[in-house]
Amino acid sequence: MWTAVIGASVLAFAFKYIGQSIPESVLANPRIARIADLIPTALLAGLVAVQTFADKTTLVIDQRLAGLAVAAIALYLRANFLVMLIAATATSALLHQI
Amino acid sequence: MSRAVIRDSLSISIAVGAYGAAFGVASVAAGLTVLQTCALSLLLFSGASQFAVAGVIGAGGSALSAIAASGLLALRNGFYGARMAPLLKVRGIKRILASQITIDESTAIALAHESESEADARKGFWLTGVGIYLFWNLATLIGALGANALGDPAQWGLDATIPAAFLGLLWPRLKSSLSKFVAIGAIALALILTPFLTPGIPIIACVVIPLIAGWRVRS
Repeated sequence: MWTAVIGASVLAFAFKYIGQSIPESVLANPRIARIADLIPTALLAGLVAVQTFADKTTLVIDQRLAGLAVAAIALYLRANFLVMLIAATATSALLHQI
Repeated sequence: MSRAVIRDSLSISIAVGAYGAAFGVASVAAGLTVLQTCALSLLLFSGASQFAVAGVIGAGGSALSAIAASGLLALRNGFYGARMAPLLKVRGIKRILASQITIDESTAIALAHESESEADARKGFWLTGVGIYLFWNLATLIGALGANALGDPAQWGLDATIPAAFLGLLWPRLKSSLSKFVAIGAIALALILTPFLTPGIPIIACVVIPLIAGWRVRS
């Protein structure tokens, strides 16, 4: 078990550090800069999708989607980040009780 | 605008950091010890990757597959690092520290404030990264210790907190039609691939979309 813990930690740090150490000139290319700028958008969108609908390798619709819908409404209404999170969490908790 | 940076950083630190309790619970429930659970939060410090380790171990997977799943999820931190490096401009020990706190949220907060001022963006990165690190590790310990008392995180609605947090981070990035296209494409691709691939890999696969879109489209 410690192998997994230490191995995963070392790998994660290596990626983080290598990323920070890529020469700045690599990002000076406007095409690379544009791609790098779009990457977090794609990964965050992918994370939203997977964390909302995936149960391991199965796609499900459950209380998480209701929580996300409430979060989207809160964001549309320009709610504070924390208020938005509490609203989403409370929605999911409430539906879980029913 | 600095007050907005502090407010955003602090609220996301508390909100996301609190989810560390859910990780603590999940990790102990998956069969890791309290010490191993805390070690993951201290050393790995990337939520999705940590959950991947606990998930694979909990499902009876090998250490190697746990490392692979976790590593694939951690790969994106490298991309974030490449995006952050020209902004942070740090060397030596500060780069090591910056690397450790280069995660979804610190990057997203920095990018959200980058258009206002680079100083605010840097402040947002450090405040969010260090803030989440502290709250996440504290909450991990509390969660791990109280694993039995807290029970199922879904019962407390925590299963909706993380997707909502990611949506909140994604929201300010959806200004251009290109970024909206990329986001919709990534959502579709992640969902299409989910039934066929190991958890975590569909998220990494989303990198293909900005590679294609960013390469072909002229800004």
